[in-house]
Amino acid sequence: MLRYIGGRVGQAVVVLWAAFTVSFVILYLLPSDPAAILLGQAAGPGAVISPVALARVRHEYGLDQPVLVQYLHQLGNALHFDFGTSISQGQPVASLLAEDVPPTLALAAFALLLTIVFGVLLAFLATFVPASWLRRVLERLPAAGVSLPTFFVGLLLIQLFSFTLHWFPAAGSNGFATLVLPAVTMSLPTSGVLAQVLIRSLGDTLGEAYITTARAKGLGRFVIHARHAFRNAALPALTILGLLFGATVTQAVVAETVFSRVGVGRLAQQAVTAQDIPVVQGIVVIAAALFVTINLVVDLVYPLLDPRVVSTPRVA
Amino acid sequence: MTLDTDLDPGLDYRSIAFDPAARRATSLDSLVGSPSLDRLPSLDRDGTDSRRARIGRQLLRRPGFLVAILYVLLAVVSAFAPWLFTRTDPDATVPADKLLAPSLAHLFGTDELGRDLFARMVNGSALSVEATLIAIGIALAAGLVLGVVSGFAGRIADVALMRFVDVLLAIPALLLSLAIVTALGFGTVNVAIAVGVGLTPGFARITRAEVLRIKTLPYVEAARGGGASWLRVVRRHILPNSWGPVLVLAVLDFGTAILAVSSLSFLGFGAPPPQSEWGSLIAGGRDYLITSPWLTLLPGLAVALIVFALNHIAKTLEELQR
Repeated sequence: MLRYIGGRVGQAVVVLWAAFTVSFVILYLLPSDPAAILLGQAAGPGAVISPVALARVRHEYGLDQPVLVQYLHQLGNALHFDFGTSISQGQPVASLLAEDVPPTLALAAFALLLTIVFGVLLAFLATFVPASWLRRVLERLPAAGVSLPTFFVGLLLIQLFSFTLHWFPAAGSNGFATLVLPAVTMSLPTSGVLAQVLIRSLGDTLGEAYITTARAKGLGRFVIHARHAFRNAALPALTILGLLFGATVTQAVVAETVFSRVGVGRLAQQAVTAQDIPVVQGIVVIAAALFVTINLVVDLVYPLLDPRVVSTPRVA
Repeated sequence: MTLDTDLDPGLDYRSIAFDPAARRATSLDSLVGSPSLDRLPSLDRDGTDSRRARIGRQLLRRPGFLVAILYVLLAVVSAFAPWLFTRTDPDATVPADKLLAPSLAHLFGTDELGRDLFARMVNGSALSVEATLIAIGIALAAGLVLGVVSGFAGRIADVALMRFVDVLLAIPALLLSLAIVTALGFGTVNVAIAVGVGLTPGFARITRAEVLRIKTLPYVEAARGGGASWLRVVRRHILPNSWGPVLVLAVLDFGTAILAVSSLSFLGFGAPPPQSEWGSLIAGGRDYLITSPWLTLLPGLAVALIVFALNHIAKTLEELQR
């Protein structure tokens, strides 16, 4: 068991380091001259950049040093949550992130809750409803859910629930009411995915012998479905959950832009628009860290629910 | 047992594979320690005429499939020959006719400058479809190379390449694309490259799995025994026989790519303003959501339908391969 935990934690650390490295390569090595991008964006389009200013910025961001030195320096800083200073906003990236991560986490957590509610409900109905035509319709629904572009759903919900029905505000980030529409927007595609996995595994589980036994004992359909089948069928869905949380955080970029909410997603949109390299890197690393952590937690909780996992030999 | 449900032939994986993040389950699988996921529905590889005829008959029995194909074809044709659908100039402004509701004269209505939205949408296909094709092209090419090298070279190269793919999967695809767009700058082609890189890992994994499977088959051994070089074996035997699952993923990823490209374009990283793209058209109508909802909702619906159609095609293809 200790070996299992150690292996998982080690893997998470390696993945995180690699993610940092990838972001460094993309953002600092891919552009021919990051300093020109940084200065060009600060000065505005068409402005002439003086060589003196260019040299100053290169020095300030350490871009005049060998790549390896830059990399190690940045890696060391990143370990202390120091991602440099934002070009467009002039603040340390870390403080921008500290400000914007919590609202996004709240939004993503609520979206994940909705994902679970919608996904479980749909999967349950799609396998439980007696009428077969209705079951077939319900089975098709998740596919439609994942086809919907996030921005389209967001705008549709605003049109419907804000402008027509006046139930929820169309924009803003204060209070629970503003949380509802963006969270629903983000949860529709992910609940489609969750429902598909659940429908599949519920279908498998319902074919197992112990379900026949339960039926033979005279238990009711609902009890068999909800207590006997669902518990086992939910296990595969649990692993997906970590991934879905990652997906919801990513969708926050679009959702927060549509709903004009404060958060990391909107920060990301603004940072990319301003080609604010340090901020983009900070966001990528933080998001990867979050993603890796969630998956680590899922990995560590999983054996408690299904002890077979630890004893299964690893297949690379 | 656990996640091996994921890419199982039986699973309705069309839409799971559809979401790049959920497809990441593949990489998570190795962490959880369940049996390998590198299995995909494989083709019955007897391409006889009777089989083709059977597939043809099955397709005719699926009107939904034909409708989906037709709709996607229309979108692709509109990208290359927009004049077939409308002769209205997408950039012609008619201030007197601004923000008109959809009618027979203006199928999708007009925007805030009096430009015909249907014409803009049809002409916007060019950039959006082009971006999607570039993205898929990059993902397919890079994925095939990575997958074949990984599946063939084995050992160290395999481990190194697959770990690299795992890392790419650990960064949420949209964020990876955003980082690439930041580095390369804005524009349709850069967005396409960014999306293409994000889709590459999936292709690499599937190609590798297929190569590993086919590598051990008797006919490969026979070809080798007959003196064929590995390069020839790859070209003549392995690639032609592994295209089935790769094709399904390509169709699925067309949908994913359209979503990603239009999301990035919606966020404002695509072509600059006078040009139209599906995503930027939808973004452009946001300011008029109260008074003229069709400006955002009609193009949005059109995009959603294309993705749904591609989704449906991929699912049908996958079912037929079984």
